[in-house]
Amino acid sequence: MAEDRENAIISEVHKKISDAFDVFDHERNKTVDVREIGTIIRSLGCFPTEGELQEFITEIEEEEATGYIRFERFLPTMTKLLMERKFRPIPEDLLLQAFEVLDQEKKGHLGTEELTKYMTQDGEPFTQEEMEEMLSAAADPDKNVIFYKDFVSMLTVDDK
Amino acid sequence: MLLNETRIASYFQIQAMIMGCGTSIETENQGKPSAADGPSKNPSPALTMKAAILIQRWYRRYIAQLEMRRRCTWNIFQSIEYAGEQDQLQLSSFFTFMLDNFTHLNGNGPDLISHLLDSVVEPWTEEGRQAKYEQISVPESYTGPRLTFPLSTTDANNLLTAVKEQKTLHARYVLQLLHETKKFLKQMPNVIYLSTAYAKEITICGDLHGRLDDLLLIFYKNGLPSAENPYIFNGDFVDRGKKSMEIVIILFAFLLLYPDHMHLNRGNHEDHIMNLRYGFTKEVMQKYKTHGRDILKLLQDVFSLLPIATVIDNKVLVVHGGISDRTDLDFLSTIERYKVKSALRLPRCSLEQLELGAGTRQGRAQLGSPYSQGRASRSTRKRKGYLARQSSCSSTSSSSSSSSSLCSPCISSLNTPRRNTPSPCNLPSPSGVLQVPFLDSFVSIAPPEPTREELEWRQVVDILWSDPKIQNGCTPNTFRGGGCYFGPDVTQNLLEKHGLKLLIRSHECKQEGYEICHDGQVITIFSASNYYEEGSNRGAYVKLGPGLVPRFFQYQVSRSTRKLTLQQRVNVAEGSALKALQEKLYAHRSELMTAFQQYDENNTGSISIGDWAQVVESVLRLDLPWRTLRPRLARLAPDGSVDYESCFEDVSPGQPVPQVTPNFAETLYRYRTDLEIIFNIMDKDNSGLISIEEFRQTWRLFNSHLGVDVDDHAIDEMARIIDFNKDGSIDFNEFLEAFRVVHKLDVKEQ
Repeated sequence: MAEDRENAIISEVHKKISDAFDVFDHERNKTVDVREIGTIIRSLGCFPTEGELQEFITEIEEEEATGYIRFERFLPTMTKLLMERKFRPIPEDLLLQAFEVLDQEKKGHLGTEELTKYMTQDGEPFTQEEMEEMLSAAADPDKNVIFYKDFVSMLTVDDK
Repeated sequence: MLLNETRIASYFQIQAMIMGCGTSIETENQGKPSAADGPSKNPSPALTMKAAILIQRWYRRYIAQLEMRRRCTWNIFQSIEYAGEQDQLQLSSFFTFMLDNFTHLNGNGPDLISHLLDSVVEPWTEEGRQAKYEQISVPESYTGPRLTFPLSTTDANNLLTAVKEQKTLHARYVLQLLHETKKFLKQMPNVIYLSTAYAKEITICGDLHGRLDDLLLIFYKNGLPSAENPYIFNGDFVDRGKKSMEIVIILFAFLLLYPDHMHLNRGNHEDHIMNLRYGFTKEVMQKYKTHGRDILKLLQDVFSLLPIATVIDNKVLVVHGGISDRTDLDFLSTIERYKVKSALRLPRCSLEQLELGAGTRQGRAQLGSPYSQGRASRSTRKRKGYLARQSSCSSTSSSSSSSSSLCSPCISSLNTPRRNTPSPCNLPSPSGVLQVPFLDSFVSIAPPEPTREELEWRQVVDILWSDPKIQNGCTPNTFRGGGCYFGPDVTQNLLEKHGLKLLIRSHECKQEGYEICHDGQVITIFSASNYYEEGSNRGAYVKLGPGLVPRFFQYQVSRSTRKLTLQQRVNVAEGSALKALQEKLYAHRSELMTAFQQYDENNTGSISIGDWAQVVESVLRLDLPWRTLRPRLARLAPDGSVDYESCFEDVSPGQPVPQVTPNFAETLYRYRTDLEIIFNIMDKDNSGLISIEEFRQTWRLFNSHLGVDVDDHAIDEMARIIDFNKDGSIDFNEFLEAFRVVHKLDVKEQ
């Protein structure tokens, strides 16, 4: 029984992975561009850091990198990852706390410059494009500040 | 699994500890400000670092999910677009059917569609329409530009200003411009060879599809065409967008002004039958009313005279679609291109051939099960990759297989030279009949030696309709329904054979406006931004200098002043893609329901997600990730299975016409685009009205062609009901409006 359930879960996970992979498999030949791997993993609910992502890619890449990842190499590693819950989801309240850490004066908002500084200089820095996109979504255009509580609820809305 | 959950729990705790030290201290601080130095004022760098990483990880996941939705949306648009191209091919076979079987129908049989079926008139001898524009007077009150030929740069600039100010060029000048363009194009070769030696760089633009804003943006960024700034526009100027006429006018004006520095290649939409479905015919008729027909006639000639290919410095081949394994530039140089009026029209066929064709169609009509009604023809269509995969399995035949899927082979036993054919209007005999492709041909006819005309036609179709693929080989493009897919080996062979090094083509919308494939040997360039929907894609053009190194320039026309966020863009595009899908679902409601119920043995009203996805794909054949899309199309029942009726809930026809059986309504709905095209053809004076009798006849024809079983009584009843003011004629715009989808969801949202 337990084994059946385990198998059923695995087969469900396989389907999810396969569906996500197919969306990026433009040629329908069970390969995707290596640059899309991050999007696929993250869209499956994982939160890898950039470093972890690189490790993952190195693991599934062909010995001689082709720029493409084959499904047969992606599936087992990705399944393992989901089953073992690696790159685990980060709880939402931690996200809010993270903003609060940056909001040193506890104003409830961050200035765009302030946030840009943290996001592009600290951690795994955003590209300029990422930063612009984030600000266009997060910043109040009139006041030039980010009310991060609203932004957090936007990021954490489960659109499934 | 249990183990994992504990692990997560401990992970949370660790995280909470790391993060929490900030928060917990803060809480304490609030009570005891005296202790408030360090962390709350100046959190440690390690802590802000951790906070930043956490936000970055969350944000990147959020963007990834949006990106996933964006890609799904893209796939929906593309699938539906190509399904539409296939529909168009089927519509062409309907015209053939009409001619075969109903030529004497109330005396208006062939006449109905005669202008579609004009025998090819050789533009060299045909001068009847020449002076017509001279007799059209331009009223004093006309405020638009007045042209004098030969055109000057002032004329071209005036035209540009006028279109920016939304002014319409008077029909007289349009006709004159087209006439001059035709005269010019007649003397152009099929393949233009040009050199960049004199100009520093040449600019190549892809599909514009009636998006004037994109053209104006290109000119703004890159300068107007001139001797110093040469351009190639690589086809598909018209259709889909609302300003195709303006684009054509501007491009032709610059063509006449700088004949050596402005080059236009033909695209698959420079085709009068394509224009019927994709909006250009309608646009011309709306803008030019009484002169519309004359303009369309002349455009048909002009389009068929556009060069097929351009070669830069003997090194770069520029064509609209691509190539096939039988593409031969030398042969292409020798053909009479004006004969290929439409890719949807094979050259003339013999009577025997038509008989065979009729047999084929009967075969289809017999497939009368609810599954296959009107569907049989689609079953051959698969997304391109499937095809590619198939082809690699049967690779022995793939590379040698015939490339064009547009046709079952067709022979002409009438080898009389085309140039003696009489003029279009007196053409009741089947000799001028087109033989159109039957995609679902059950009869495979041993291909006889193709005629010269057929070979020429195929060469052109392959150039205008083909797409590249990653796998080697050359396979019919059944996804689009025309042309072929060519692999890197096909590209390599052709380039080698002609001593070329690069192929530039358009024809496919790309998210970034361009794409490079076949190891850098093929470039796709597409210049209509926001093609599927606001924000769906960028447009691009490419410049080649004397070194022939391509440089790409991207842009995106924006209607709103404020930049939309990615999420907003995705929402907009996704909304309209889902609408289109819901319409498809609704149009196939009975088929889907029958199939759903087969899986639902206990009549619970729900089936498993897997079954649901399988049924939807087997009926719609759009090759989409249905499981991923499911949450947006259908609800789950409490037990986690799919409540399958919910996928029709948000869609229903507006103002349902009473007393029409649901089946009939559904059928009408499904074919409304086709019906609209047919109505437009019938409505010669563009009044928007057709007689009830015409309506009946059309519908009956359509019925028997599609093998749909709606009895005469239902049609009569229908006709009676939609004659709203009982004057014996039908306003079919109103009629079609009744079958447009109403989205309950939208109403709720607003």
